[in-house]
Amino acid sequence: MATRPDPMRLGLAALSRLASSSAVDRLGLRSTAERLVYHGARSGFRVAAVAGRTFAAVRGTGAPRRPVKAADTGVFDLTPTEDQQMIVAVVREFAAEVLRPGARAAEEQNDTPKEVLGQTADFGLSLLSVPEELGGLSPERSAVTGVLLAEALAEGDMGQAVACLAPAAVATALSLWGTDAQQRTYLPAFTGGDVPAAALAVAEPHVLFDPFELRTTARRTSEGYRLSGVKSAVVRGTEAELFVVAAALEDGTSALFLLEPGTLGISLEPDPAMGLRAAGLCRLLLDDVEVAADAVLGGAEDYRECIRLSRLAWSALALGTARAVLDYVSGYVRTRTAFGEPIAHRQAVAFMVADIAIELEGMRLTTLKAASRVDQGMDASREIALARRLTGDHGMKIGTDGVQLLGGHGFVKEHPVERWYRDLRAVGLMEGAVLV
Amino acid sequence: MINLETPRKFRGLVQQVHDVAEAFLRANSRKYDRAEHSYPHELDLLASLVDGMNDSGQSQGAGASGVRRDPAEEDSSVVHNGSNMSSVLSIIEMCWGDVGLLLSMPRQGLGNSAIASVADEEQLKRYERVWAAMAITEAAVGSDSASITTTAVKDGDHYVLNGEKIFVTSGDRADSVVVWATLDGSLGRAAIKSFLVSKDTPGIRVERLEHKLGIRASDTAVIVLDNCRVHESNLLGSPEIDTKGFAGAMATFDNTRPLVAGMAVGCARAALELTRELLEDAGVVMDYDRPLVAQSHAAASFIQMEADWEAALLLTLQASWLADNRRPNSMEASMAKAKAGRVGNAVTLRCVELAGTLGYGETELLEKWSRDSKILDIFEGTQQIQQLIVARRLLDLSSSQLR
Repeated sequence: MATRPDPMRLGLAALSRLASSSAVDRLGLRSTAERLVYHGARSGFRVAAVAGRTFAAVRGTGAPRRPVKAADTGVFDLTPTEDQQMIVAVVREFAAEVLRPGARAAEEQNDTPKEVLGQTADFGLSLLSVPEELGGLSPERSAVTGVLLAEALAEGDMGQAVACLAPAAVATALSLWGTDAQQRTYLPAFTGGDVPAAALAVAEPHVLFDPFELRTTARRTSEGYRLSGVKSAVVRGTEAELFVVAAALEDGTSALFLLEPGTLGISLEPDPAMGLRAAGLCRLLLDDVEVAADAVLGGAEDYRECIRLSRLAWSALALGTARAVLDYVSGYVRTRTAFGEPIAHRQAVAFMVADIAIELEGMRLTTLKAASRVDQGMDASREIALARRLTGDHGMKIGTDGVQLLGGHGFVKEHPVERWYRDLRAVGLMEGAVLV
Repeated sequence: MINLETPRKFRGLVQQVHDVAEAFLRANSRKYDRAEHSYPHELDLLASLVDGMNDSGQSQGAGASGVRRDPAEEDSSVVHNGSNMSSVLSIIEMCWGDVGLLLSMPRQGLGNSAIASVADEEQLKRYERVWAAMAITEAAVGSDSASITTTAVKDGDHYVLNGEKIFVTSGDRADSVVVWATLDGSLGRAAIKSFLVSKDTPGIRVERLEHKLGIRASDTAVIVLDNCRVHESNLLGSPEIDTKGFAGAMATFDNTRPLVAGMAVGCARAALELTRELLEDAGVVMDYDRPLVAQSHAAASFIQMEADWEAALLLTLQASWLADNRRPNSMEASMAKAKAGRVGNAVTLRCVELAGTLGYGETELLEKWSRDSKILDIFEGTQQIQQLIVARRLLDLSSSQLR
């Protein structure tokens, strides 16, 4: 029988590795590093102890509630509904007034402030995909609304947007694929005033990762399943009170599992990346974690849908950050002068800005088309794949051109374009974490 | 409600046009690529069919006249899917068949679109049955259309036109030409007007036909105007010297650029469809769910091309949707043209590469599509002109600031 790794020991090991690194001092990173280690050590203690919240199992009494599909209007239309316009207006304001100004501080903390997360809970971010009968806000499921929201949040800051959307991803997964008992057990927490941190963990830290060829396994036992493996890009993993984890079954298919952090065999370690630092990315280590048979969330086809909807959410996030780049560089090139006139007067500069706008518009329409197909209950696999490709490729191009247009000024943290560059690298490769 | 599917009311039309494109255009594609300058008689029958549909009101704007923005009463609270979109959808299907042959469709010339965009009601009626080519470019004037040197001098109730026009699509086959000329070379764009000149007018002649890289089914003419007298009622729009007239003429492009973008989208779709077939026959598996890094290079390349193609298609539809809903679309039309032009060209060329010497040879049409697509990134405003337009709008710069 495998021994359970001691989370506190892991935290101390990390501390010792960092303390011995001369690079830390040479680069003047001591305080940042200490904060990082504190974060890790704290999480170690945290997970070693019992999780903050326990979800009392509730028995199901019937069929699970499902969000309903929108009707096909048959009319080509690019106008959001009034509800969508209203929600987006609120979220855009929040993104502009809270997320954008707080972006740099949040990434230095490697976390999103509790107050910010609280505010998103206040305007019901995690309620939007939860059916009304379960205390949610949405009479109709809408991936389009999800896309517009993620876009609006990421225009403020992608890292914090991901942190804010992570619990909503878990709530959406429960709404879409949960059994009646799972919904009754877990969803009330997400519709209450104190929304728990929760994470949808799909990605794994190895090259050519394919979510349909997972290395994390779930083996059948007499009681349920035994999970083993390593998950990466787990949003605010050390804070999470509920995980939804993807694992491969013995028959070659994959499925999602509900996992509470107090379960034996679970440990976490911070896994900061080049960007999305405010999302507090972690690795989730599963070492023979025993779960009951009813921990399975949905089936193989639901898992496939989960992967698609998650990619759609990442595409939506790219739209917002790319918009931020476009607006920022548009202002910059008109005011920055060289050779006696604004650099915007040069075609080499102006055409780069034009191309940012053209590609952004194209990837936005493609993402919206994919989402509207989801809403209408149509097959959206092709459109989601295309939106992911576009937002991955052109999103990164926009990120790098954003820095290029500011020249050396773009490379320093005085301007946000270098952060957007780091954040946009995530889009084409991320799996899980967010859902629309 | 956001929905980017083909409108339900046009789905029948799209299928119909597709069938027509397959039977009349695709079927004769290679024939007229080889027989450059020979008249594609097969299209006469087809043109009569389109005329019949127009007269019976069934066409839903399938032709060049579909770009007219009807000033009739409008209800801005209702979303319209109108003739701009149905025109673009039709053109996509037709160019899936053959771009050159689409351009050779009788009575569907670019001049017809210009008439539809700027003519008054009386002229519209008078020119109902004409087949009008468009003559703007001159040997020394390409993208810079405000600098044209062809002159129009008032003489009584006539104008006398003098000059030489090049790159006139359907200039030989059309019965009329919309000629751009200046009333006063010193006044720049304000003095530029367009005139409908019937080809049987004394003084207008076709000087020669070009031999081209692609769209060989379509004739491209050099037209000479030598003291060509046209009645003043043939001047399209207002005869006053003001920049509004030029702006109006340029606004034609807001309506025709999405159509040219549609041509690129249709042509590229033809290449994508055949390439997919060839790749799948060769055992290449394409999976939209698996990450591209975990798929074969051919499959990943294909999905990447398809993604850019989709963006081009949707930008094109957006531009036409805006026009149908009476909203400004100048920037979006240029975005569509820029994206579709470059994607159409890149996709068709890449498809040739993926198919190897099979794609390069004349047994398949891939090589032809990759030649046809090049012009679509050039005419109706080159890639660079579209970027210029987008950049000026976006950065709020004048043409003297961003040259």
